[in-house]
Amino acid sequence: MSAVEVSGVTRRFGAVVALDDVSLDVGHGELVGLLGPNGAGKSTLLSLVSGQRRPDTGVVRLNGHDPRDARSRTVLGLTPQETGLPATLRVREVVDFVGGHYPDPVPTGELLEQFGLSDLGKRQTGSLSGGQKRRLAVALSLVGRPRVVLLDEPTTGLDVSGRGALWDAIREYHASGGTVLLTSHYLEEVQALAERVVVIDHGTVLADDSLETILGRVGARRVQFTDAEGTRQEHLVADSDAFVRDLVRAGTEFRDLEIRGASLEEAFGQLVDATNEGAVR
Amino acid sequence: MSATTSTSGPAGLDEPAAQTQPFWVLSWLHLKYQFLETVRVPIAVLGNLLFPSLAMVFFVVPQESVAGNPLYATIAIAGLGLFAICSASLFTYGLGVAEDRQLPFYPFLRSLPAGPGPQMVARVLNGGIFSLFGLLPLILIGWLFTAATLTFGQLLAGIGTILAVSVPFVLLGMAIGYKLSAKAALPVVQVILFPLAFAGGLFLPPEAFPAWLDAISKATPTRAGRDLLVQATTGLDAYALALPVLAGWTVLFAVLAILAYRSDEGRRFR
Repeated sequence: MSAVEVSGVTRRFGAVVALDDVSLDVGHGELVGLLGPNGAGKSTLLSLVSGQRRPDTGVVRLNGHDPRDARSRTVLGLTPQETGLPATLRVREVVDFVGGHYPDPVPTGELLEQFGLSDLGKRQTGSLSGGQKRRLAVALSLVGRPRVVLLDEPTTGLDVSGRGALWDAIREYHASGGTVLLTSHYLEEVQALAERVVVIDHGTVLADDSLETILGRVGARRVQFTDAEGTRQEHLVADSDAFVRDLVRAGTEFRDLEIRGASLEEAFGQLVDATNEGAVR
Repeated sequence: MSATTSTSGPAGLDEPAAQTQPFWVLSWLHLKYQFLETVRVPIAVLGNLLFPSLAMVFFVVPQESVAGNPLYATIAIAGLGLFAICSASLFTYGLGVAEDRQLPFYPFLRSLPAGPGPQMVARVLNGGIFSLFGLLPLILIGWLFTAATLTFGQLLAGIGTILAVSVPFVLLGMAIGYKLSAKAALPVVQVILFPLAFAGGLFLPPEAFPAWLDAISKATPTRAGRDLLVQATTGLDAYALALPVLAGWTVLFAVLAILAYRSDEGRRFR
């Protein structure tokens, strides 16, 4: 029995097909990263797994049961969107409230301690900073000692140290045997956490493979420099090392060389184009 | 569906799903936090407190023929009290639920291991609590500035009745809130509330109604509720069908609320 099983699922919103015959199987103890640009269908997929929506066709199972049945969700934890915390409730109250739904919740004090929120327990959530809200959101996903956790963009908008702390918490949960399905449009986040990556765009699964394999496919680099005429040039290349070596060997004059990982959207652009060309031509 | 699951093999051999927390535990949990959320927005509480009292001060107290007559004054307070509660229930639930559904926290709530029951029960009880807050100043003004008289027993019976009568309106409010967007819920609530209040005799005594209007009136939940409330507070008997009419509407609105909840899948995307 899989932790999460999605088979042949299609979900439309009016004329828009958010998910088109998607199948995905996540075993217990896996840490799977769901990658895709905005609007790719990631959140729709999570909303099906968490029982908020029903698929038009196909079957969704959580731990072997229909997630629309409240009983099957006793093993599920997930993050509310950061902006969605009830602003007038205090941090401790929100944790107590969410924890109260589970048979054996983590004691509130212990959870706040783990996420460095102990000093904020009496603050209303509306007064928290973005980073503090994010930490609280991830803490809420773990309060019920879930077997499966869905994390939707867990560290969006966090600074480096905040992100590192949350990653540690997610790794710790995974190390204790938990299953994690996480969405992100940050390549580095998925790179730091996931063992397996599912790339999704326009409602279909483009790739489902180990982290290394996927990284190879989307590992494009963006190289920028100013040439002799003073024009800023930009190249999207698969191997930036080789590109720069060629540049130097050719004796081309350049300054202000800049190399960075292509954003996921750019990388996806390549991946998607490649897929479409393969399919159409 | 079952044909598809059987191909996945182990689906039939699953361990049984765990149980959620007991219903009353979850209801209490939701009630506690809904109450906290409501009470921390003081203007919402004040609005509930002020509206019926102001109506009382402007429309009942200055009319000597009503305010000076113990029976008429009591009936007027009962009518206004019921209107306050109908309006609070329809607005709080119709609009409140519709607004809640647009908040990002709402889909999160729906994915917690609890069915719709506890949240709905908590909403009904929370509405009752704040309705009581609204009745207190109304009762106080009636006692100080009009000839209305109530025995302690009648007061308790009146409060009990008004809370019971609020249930169908809370359910109707929820049906609207789960079915419509906040923008649509507002006019719908207004269109429903005022005709119901008027036809139910909450503004003008139904004794002044022509026979045809009286017949329609007796089929409305507002009239049934009003007459039951008048019976509890003054001893004037309600018409025989008042209780069945109110019970019928309650069942209908409960079904509508549950259907609306089930068909709701968060915000609409078109």
